[in-house]
Amino acid sequence: MTELLNGKGLSLVPKTDAKQTLKDFKSDQEVRWCPGCGDYAILAAVQSFLPELGLRRENIVFVSGIGCSSRFPYYLDTYGFHSIHGRAPAIATGLAASRPDLSVWVITGDGDALSIGGNHLIHALRRNVNLNILLFNNRIYGLTKGQYSPTSEVGKITKSTPMGSLDKPFNPISLALGAEASFVARTIDSDRKHLQSVLREATAHRGTSLVEIYQNCNIFNDNAFEPLKDPEVRDDITLRLEHGQPIVSASKAVVRGDDGRIAVVPRADVAAERILVHDAHSPDPSLAFALSRLDEPAFEHVPIGIFRQVDRPAYDVLMAEQLEEAVAQQGPGDLSDLLMGGDTWRIG
Amino acid sequence: MTKQVQQLDRVIIRFAGDSGDGMQLTGDRFTAGTAEFGNDLSTLPNFPAEIRAPAGTLPGVSSFQLHFADHDILTPGDAPNVLVAMNPAALKANLGDLPRGADIIVNTDEFTKRNLQKVGYETNPLEDDTLAEWRVHAVPLTSLTVKALEGFDLSKKDAERSKNMFALGLLSWLYHRPIEHTITFLQQKFAKKPEIAKANIAAFQAGWNYGETTESFSVSYEVKPARLAPGVYRNISGNQALAYGLIAASVQAKLPLFLGSYPITPASDILHELSKHKRFGVRTFQAEDEIAGVGAALGAAFGGALGVTTTSGPGVALKAETVGLGVTTELPLIIVDVQRAGPSTGMPTKTEQTDLLMAMYGRNGESPVPVVAPMSPSDCFDAAIEAARIAVKYRTPVMLLSDGYLANGSEPWRLPEISELPDISQAFTTEPNGEDGAFLPFKRDEETLARPWAIPGTAGLEHRIGGIEKADGTGNISYDPDNHDLMVRTRAAKIAGIDVPDLEVDDPDGDARVLVLGWGSTYGPIAAAVRRIRKSGGKVAQAHLRHLNPLPANTGEVLKGYDKVLLPEINLGQLALLLRARYLVDIISYNRVRGLPFKAEELAGVIQDVIDSD
Repeated sequence: MTELLNGKGLSLVPKTDAKQTLKDFKSDQEVRWCPGCGDYAILAAVQSFLPELGLRRENIVFVSGIGCSSRFPYYLDTYGFHSIHGRAPAIATGLAASRPDLSVWVITGDGDALSIGGNHLIHALRRNVNLNILLFNNRIYGLTKGQYSPTSEVGKITKSTPMGSLDKPFNPISLALGAEASFVARTIDSDRKHLQSVLREATAHRGTSLVEIYQNCNIFNDNAFEPLKDPEVRDDITLRLEHGQPIVSASKAVVRGDDGRIAVVPRADVAAERILVHDAHSPDPSLAFALSRLDEPAFEHVPIGIFRQVDRPAYDVLMAEQLEEAVAQQGPGDLSDLLMGGDTWRIG
Repeated sequence: MTKQVQQLDRVIIRFAGDSGDGMQLTGDRFTAGTAEFGNDLSTLPNFPAEIRAPAGTLPGVSSFQLHFADHDILTPGDAPNVLVAMNPAALKANLGDLPRGADIIVNTDEFTKRNLQKVGYETNPLEDDTLAEWRVHAVPLTSLTVKALEGFDLSKKDAERSKNMFALGLLSWLYHRPIEHTITFLQQKFAKKPEIAKANIAAFQAGWNYGETTESFSVSYEVKPARLAPGVYRNISGNQALAYGLIAASVQAKLPLFLGSYPITPASDILHELSKHKRFGVRTFQAEDEIAGVGAALGAAFGGALGVTTTSGPGVALKAETVGLGVTTELPLIIVDVQRAGPSTGMPTKTEQTDLLMAMYGRNGESPVPVVAPMSPSDCFDAAIEAARIAVKYRTPVMLLSDGYLANGSEPWRLPEISELPDISQAFTTEPNGEDGAFLPFKRDEETLARPWAIPGTAGLEHRIGGIEKADGTGNISYDPDNHDLMVRTRAAKIAGIDVPDLEVDDPDGDARVLVLGWGSTYGPIAAAVRRIRKSGGKVAQAHLRHLNPLPANTGEVLKGYDKVLLPEINLGQLALLLRARYLVDIISYNRVRGLPFKAEELAGVIQDVIDSD
């Protein structure tokens, strides 16, 4: 299955023989995030990953919405479109659907993608347009200076919620799976190796890939993901999802209980064959969904990696096929024939 | 007995029935026969927004008005000469529009006690003197249809459904319409249900024969073909013409067409039509909402497509922010607003010209966009090409303001020669335009002030654009006060400098003192009214604005050349507001917002009053 999926994501994007380096992807613009922001690490990871793809730089486009993360395109020397709040998936859909020769990336945040742009996100996912969506989740509104976001935990004290936020947050992975996403993954800003491994699979995927990136906002929501970074505990709580591999952390394992539900148990307590083996390619998303619910309420054990990766026709390819089919059936369009096509009559 | 044939120069027929009675189809077919016969014509469909309002009620009445003549005509007509009323609701809803002496053909079978009660008739108007002023032809259309279809393997209900074809047959006889096309049409429409096809054809022919034999109709009428300019014609609605115009624009601009759209009345037919023409490379994207529709179109434009979004007023409101993004990133984009009665949901199937100020100003910041408005159904074709020409040449969103009247109305269209269509193509930028091979995405063409359009895939021109203010030339983010002032003024100057043709004035003797000005779909009724005035010896000049932004350079001069300027609009004076502010001319407004087009007679009266007043 992996073979089947591998490389297809960019098969229509022209490659270059020229050797590329990280430097080729740095624009001349000064990066202006707050010192210590997790966005720097993600930018550096992306810039150093892109040369690996070997694509012609001019065929890469980064589209973003509004928010701190959405400044991202300005810092990459590719084509870029910094658009308006929440609408990047819609704009990128039009671009990718009409230009299958482009590698189109969407850079968005938890407010941009899940609040104001929630509708566009879910519809992009179900359509499966060839997009890589990187959702920087810092669980806070940074650019507007610290209001709670749709991924903030209940009870979050912020400027707009002095007595605590009331609404239950979205789980972006669960949401994406519910929206029929064909590729859903989670990674973290501080683990460049893992982040890049996820990007590798995301770009190879033909269709929409959603990558949630836990990203630290050191100004308004510092240490939100600290347990995942703390050397003392991170290996115990991080469940690495790898297709075909048992789902385990250093000390825990995922098993399926007698009631059919999945559970996290001490690794020492179960025989190796009882440990659930990850199947990201299953047509049935229920395991992926169950895994996405494991970190509720928060950070007891957090699955990281690719939850789901299934092969499904991409929208842009299907759209292009319909155009080809129409030409095959009716011949190429002729304006004169079109205008004369109805009931006509001649005078004079 | 040979029946008498009377010659007429023009006729206005209104078919009216329940929304389930197939009145739009009946009207369409009668129109097709009339077009084929060679009359000039103009149509006005009028239907409820509800798909199936409760049967037999006033809100459920659907009608189709057709004006045809042996000379060129400009409107679907003020008042019907003939009303076909398929039920009491249709009679009651339309009677008020009927002049004395007009013919009424009623389906008596539907005048049951219950149906009469539904619309508040206490007694049967066919049996008292309610209709004494009119010539009533009482025809049991339903039962005659059922009888004509006795030999068919059809339920009574299915047989009854063919009553509209019986009515069409009767009217076709009455006005000497050719019948072959309708028969072919029915064969094709019901190709998969041959029994239904045969039944409909039989009902149609039975209606024709009924006219020929019954004594209820002693006279039939002939309207000779019109002497129109030589050429090949077809009948076309505004929405269809607009869709064809967009395809033609795509061909003439050498850009693939990308439509991002969300269904909305009365614009959806453009989406439907364009979806049929994928062989032209047309991509139609039915988006999740209005915002995504325009967003996808703008994204496609960034990638080098002719990006279009089609909608009506409520959709334009939702798209405003994205249009602003198009303004500041200076990308070509066409926003088609098929205006309808507002505010809010308003009356979706009724027409208005109330979105002009929204098109002009309905965005945050100084956000100018060109505005183009077609003046007749067939003109939607040319207006779409003109909108595309401006969008592509000046790299700007363009508002194309159609309306419900143009969208659904139809008229004969003399097909243009393809070779005469303008070449509106503009080359993409493929070479650096700065020093040392740098690319400056906001370094402008000195004449048009348009910025370069370099699309992804072009090596060496990688650049970033966005909604944040850009530095002149480089396009880098800039908060510099003077730069912002410069950019705001430059964007405004670019739109103000768009090349639009001068406003032409129709003033045959050159001595009129009153000018009637219009824009958009009011052209037909205004021109018809002007003809009436001139016919009766009055002097009046007429001019019609196609470009609302920028206005033609001579507009002020034209307005100031007359003692009085009358401006009828189907709004509360939106263009008048703009012209008064811009030219300090004391425009006389005439405004009605009834969801319906103006009537020629109404406007003739208004013009005469202005001429007569001192």
